[in-house]
Amino acid sequence: MHQTRTRPLLLTLITTTLLAGWFSLNSGSVPVNVWDAIQHPQTLNAQVLWELRLPRTLTAFVTGALLGIAGALMQVLLRNPLADPYILGVSGGASVGALLAILAGAGSLALQSSAFAGALFSTLLVFSLAHGRGNWDTTRLLLTGVVLAAGWGALISLLLATSPGTHVHGMLFWLMGDLSSATVPVTGSLVLILIALPALLLSASLNLLSGGELRAASLGVAIGRLRITIYILASLATATAVTQAGNVGFIGLIAPHILRLTGARDHRVLLPGVIFLGGTLLLVADALSRRVIAPGQLPVGILTALIGVPLFLYLLYRAGSTYDA
Amino acid sequence: MPDQPPLLKCSALDIDIGSIIVTRGLEFTIEPGQCWCVLGRNGIGKTTLLHTLAGLRASAPESIELNATPLHQLSRREVARKLGIVLQHCEDNFPATVMETVLQGRHPHLHNWQWESGVDHAIATQAIEQLGLGGYEARNVQTLSGGERQRVSIATLLAQQTELMLLDEPTNHLDLHHRVQVLDTLVSHGRETNSAVLMALHDINLAARFADHVLLLLGNGESRLGRKEQILETATLERLYDHPLTRVETPLGPAWLPQ
Repeated sequence: MHQTRTRPLLLTLITTTLLAGWFSLNSGSVPVNVWDAIQHPQTLNAQVLWELRLPRTLTAFVTGALLGIAGALMQVLLRNPLADPYILGVSGGASVGALLAILAGAGSLALQSSAFAGALFSTLLVFSLAHGRGNWDTTRLLLTGVVLAAGWGALISLLLATSPGTHVHGMLFWLMGDLSSATVPVTGSLVLILIALPALLLSASLNLLSGGELRAASLGVAIGRLRITIYILASLATATAVTQAGNVGFIGLIAPHILRLTGARDHRVLLPGVIFLGGTLLLVADALSRRVIAPGQLPVGILTALIGVPLFLYLLYRAGSTYDA
Repeated sequence: MPDQPPLLKCSALDIDIGSIIVTRGLEFTIEPGQCWCVLGRNGIGKTTLLHTLAGLRASAPESIELNATPLHQLSRREVARKLGIVLQHCEDNFPATVMETVLQGRHPHLHNWQWESGVDHAIATQAIEQLGLGGYEARNVQTLSGGERQRVSIATLLAQQTELMLLDEPTNHLDLHHRVQVLDTLVSHGRETNSAVLMALHDINLAARFADHVLLLLGNGESRLGRKEQILETATLERLYDHPLTRVETPLGPAWLPQ
């Protein structure tokens, strides 16, 4: 995709993000008039907006953006279109950490710390096991990560099966992705910027990495350093996203593909695009999760699947001819 | 003419794959304008040799020099500006157009934040046309035939505009017409730009026709190298491939047919 088409694409995505954000601010069990809330800051209207809706909207955007970029990075790191942010077990470790915290009756901060610690532990474990005796290769990393993810899955099932009924509902909600206890995402936003900037600078090298490591090396890419950098960036993004919102599925997998299907294959366009697309998708999903069974809420992970699957299938169907031509 | 350092120089190069000795104490130089051919049996280490010369495989420091600078002192980007390689296998995990793929050959000459310029596009377009792929620019590489995909890889090498071009079995998958055409394009390109070509080939006769120097890997670290007129002899080739051959004289030079 030539550079002259980047600007219209990004402008479109930024616009959809703003629209989705507006949609999110207007969704929920309490009807909130946003203009009114801005003009009259002391009302209940305004409280709901500033203390609940806005932090939640911001968190949804940041989480979606982190998942989008993590997904794109995982796909190029593993050179596998089926990769998603959770494939190497980061979310598994976070889940076990979170579930243990729920079991111990911990508060929100302890829960988040526990989830992040679990994610970090899993990341380091996979990295050191995959490294082994020599230089790690992609297959080894993938196998190690997938096996460890399965291991975490078993632990999660064990915790679910043996926990008292009162905790299980909370655990399930967390596992399916839940933004209901979102606060203003200060850390999340910082992490997003911290990851996006180096990733964007490495975009050209990422394009080359897609075509194989030896080929990338022959075209001037220092692949050893690049591999580790991508792994760290992707794992950090995933860990942060999962800590904020639990296991939100599909976004990390399909956001990069949706962009590729529209022709944005070059990472110099794909990465900034996936930040806004991931954010938009989660904003819309979260807004719907508050509307569908209002005044109740559905876990946002259900909505991401319900939106993501048909949307992706439709785009794939539409793009069918470009894959053959 | 001032004394220019050779494009590539090997001094006492030892290459091993586990217990297999590919080369022992290999000494040779590649000068601009030369066309070298590496010949040898399957599994003898041709690919390993090429990868080592390209810096994709570790070698003893000082054993390989590019323009008189030791290979290990150069960054990957610096190496990629002087030396390009067409690998035997390519991975196409994600869809990409022919133009995008060939444009990647310009990467060593650009900074990470630079977009390809009109000049880069022109270089890529010219390379695409030189390989007979005009009109294929928007095609998805995943849908190309083996021969077409091979030519895209070679076009990428031409777009890289390096003084030294290494190719690992470039005629695999190519039909008879394209074999001759591609090698012809490479050799003329080499002469026009005063760059050098080194390729691993399976076909003795293509080597005899297009190369001016040959490097024979006979196994167990033994090698013979030099001008093709001096090295390509029936007895040596029979020993190289462990197969009886008949020499035939043609208007284009000698050819060898297996019995």
